[in-house]
Amino acid sequence: MSNPATTTPAPAPAVPPPVEKIRIKVDGREIDVPKMMPNWQGKLEPTTMLQACHMAGQEVPHYCYHPKLPVAGNCRMCLVEFGTPMIGPDRKPVLNEDGSPKIARSVLPYEPQTPRGAIACATPISPGMELYPNSPATKQMREAVLESLLINHPLDCPICDQAGECKLQEYSVQHGQSASRFVEEKVHKPKAVDLGPRIVLDDERCVLCTRCIRFTKDIAGDDALGIINRGSYNTISAFPGRAFDNNYTLNTVDLCPVGALTSKDFRFKMRVWFLKETKSLCTSCGTGCNITIGSREGVIHRYEPRENNAVNGPWMCDAGRLNYKWVGRKDRLTEVQSRGQRTTWATAIKEISERLASATPGSTAIIASARQTTEELYLLKRLATRLGAVTDSVPRAGNADRLLVCDDRNPNSQGARLTGITFTELGIQLAWIADGIRNGSIRHLVVFGEDVTQQGIGADLLGKLETLIASDILPNATTARAAFVLPGCAAAEKRGTFINVKGRVQRFEKAAEAPGDARPEWEVLHELVEKVTGSTGFTTIEGLFNQMAKDVPALAGLEWGKLGDTGVTVAI
Amino acid sequence: MSTKVVDRTPLTFYERSYLPAILSGLKVTARHFLRSAKGHNTATDLSQGYYPEVPWTVAEGYRGAPYLVRDQEGHTKCVSCQLCEFICPPKAIKITPPGPEGIPSDRANAEKMPREFEINMLRCIFCGMCQEVCPEEAIFLQKDYSLTGTSREEMIYNKEKLLSLGGTHAGIQKWKHKLESAQHQEVFPVKTH
Repeated sequence: MSNPATTTPAPAPAVPPPVEKIRIKVDGREIDVPKMMPNWQGKLEPTTMLQACHMAGQEVPHYCYHPKLPVAGNCRMCLVEFGTPMIGPDRKPVLNEDGSPKIARSVLPYEPQTPRGAIACATPISPGMELYPNSPATKQMREAVLESLLINHPLDCPICDQAGECKLQEYSVQHGQSASRFVEEKVHKPKAVDLGPRIVLDDERCVLCTRCIRFTKDIAGDDALGIINRGSYNTISAFPGRAFDNNYTLNTVDLCPVGALTSKDFRFKMRVWFLKETKSLCTSCGTGCNITIGSREGVIHRYEPRENNAVNGPWMCDAGRLNYKWVGRKDRLTEVQSRGQRTTWATAIKEISERLASATPGSTAIIASARQTTEELYLLKRLATRLGAVTDSVPRAGNADRLLVCDDRNPNSQGARLTGITFTELGIQLAWIADGIRNGSIRHLVVFGEDVTQQGIGADLLGKLETLIASDILPNATTARAAFVLPGCAAAEKRGTFINVKGRVQRFEKAAEAPGDARPEWEVLHELVEKVTGSTGFTTIEGLFNQMAKDVPALAGLEWGKLGDTGVTVAI
Repeated sequence: MSTKVVDRTPLTFYERSYLPAILSGLKVTARHFLRSAKGHNTATDLSQGYYPEVPWTVAEGYRGAPYLVRDQEGHTKCVSCQLCEFICPPKAIKITPPGPEGIPSDRANAEKMPREFEINMLRCIFCGMCQEVCPEEAIFLQKDYSLTGTSREEMIYNKEKLLSLGGTHAGIQKWKHKLESAQHQEVFPVKTH
């Protein structure tokens, strides 16, 4: 308990500064809302009508507004009728007979009988203001805006990948009209435009909300997109001669409220309403972006970012998003093997535990992977402690970028450090293990999820071992030489936790079934540890995590149930 | 007392001997035997005839087996939107979408058609939801009611079989009209593939 977990990285000030509130009315109900609210960059700005309505439980429909993007105010969908307290010629509020302030509904200056709405996303609130997000005038404005957005829309929902998660569809049902009054010919724009290596653009479906333009300019820092042509011929386009190919392009597909920008990878793959959504984590680097896995009948179809403002916000990089295809590869390890022969888990675990238990203390080495879950690393560490084994893991370095990608390409290096599998620097023991095998002091090697032949322990050294136990997902040079091959699971096929580079402990859930005999490594390791050390433990991942939190000082006080969907930060 | 007990009439000696009944039965058999020996098919000759020799006349609007149809130009009408798969109460329909590498539609502008379309006729309950939900008028319940096969696999009809059984259904050809309308406009030249 020397290093208790904290829920925030920086200690919050003891007394938060008082928040200045404004009293307004939303749909006739009084509500106090903060005068200032964080904008897309987190800076305080006057609270907008849209934010105030949201706090009052009234969602205002919108296309161009996005809480994490600069406000553009061009789609007009969030028009809301409002009123402000009347001020008399004496600069004093005009009162009704009952003493309440008289409210002047906003109207067109030259047509006082026509209500005039304001775009809720960009209009700040003022004291005493009244918002009417459900008034007949507001509804009429929404209908009119939607009708005009649909004027040139091709209505090709049957062939559109966005169908099912399309704001045009949703708002048409909620706020639209059932029939079109437009009898003229629709303007036809280019379809299936190749916008970049991962993006297809359908200009006819675009509602020109400019979310994609703002994202790539202000978030990704690559001013690649813009609008060309005029009026009805407005089209989104990449800058001439430049491809839209930065590492964050697929976020524009998520942002696009309609089916204009679609992913080439997900194109025509599966209708979104069939996808089972599983809360998971990206395993491509140490950032640990929160993702939602979309799968159907055990086949993973796509990864999407899941909002976690402590880690990735609502974004993720393209490389991580597309790094799932290996999970469904045909050459996956699917058989438990003992000396080249197929065997059962029970036999293999029994044989392995007998071998390890009878090994001379200190003659075993364990090379774990920082791609394994914290629970698995913890179990391996317990095994190592019992066997007096030297342990290490393999570092994976890459280039970091300014937004999300981390230079540590292992998803769980911190887990390996905190459980004691490695020292602060990963991989410094590998040369020592290689020497140990060479001079015969290490006779048994347990490898999890790594190809050690790439790490200085070549085939000649592996040949000198008495026992080589290898667990992996895909076959490699190490599993080819192993006496025992244990097929493992991808993160999408099991449950567990990762600890990201900043010490965020996050859990992930299982999206798909593993093929063949493959079992989650923690289950196998759990049985192995139980057989070798003789101690019994928990058979659920929850119990295992809670046990680990008791044993690992850095995780003290944590519980599986307390991690929530977005994780908890621990001091590292 | 709502139950009325009716005494069974005892069989006469004539009835109890059974022989007259057997003989009259044999007489019918012999008559049919002789008629078919002369080249007549009794099942088709008698009044309206008997099923299966004389198939039943299917009424208009009958909901038989669902098949895929082609348009008047012979193109696959289905665009693989998978709404029928979603709505199908017994989950008889299974569609494999084309995916990013799949072949595009066999007509211009529709972009998409199924890679595989399977209906498990053992599961199908001929409810007609698929026909009702289809936004492309690509699947119709037709007049087939007697589907037979010698294995379960045989009763899963694939896209090829469904299209060949379904025939043609002339429709409004919206994708063709969209393409023509786009070609007619000069601002954005239309790519033809």
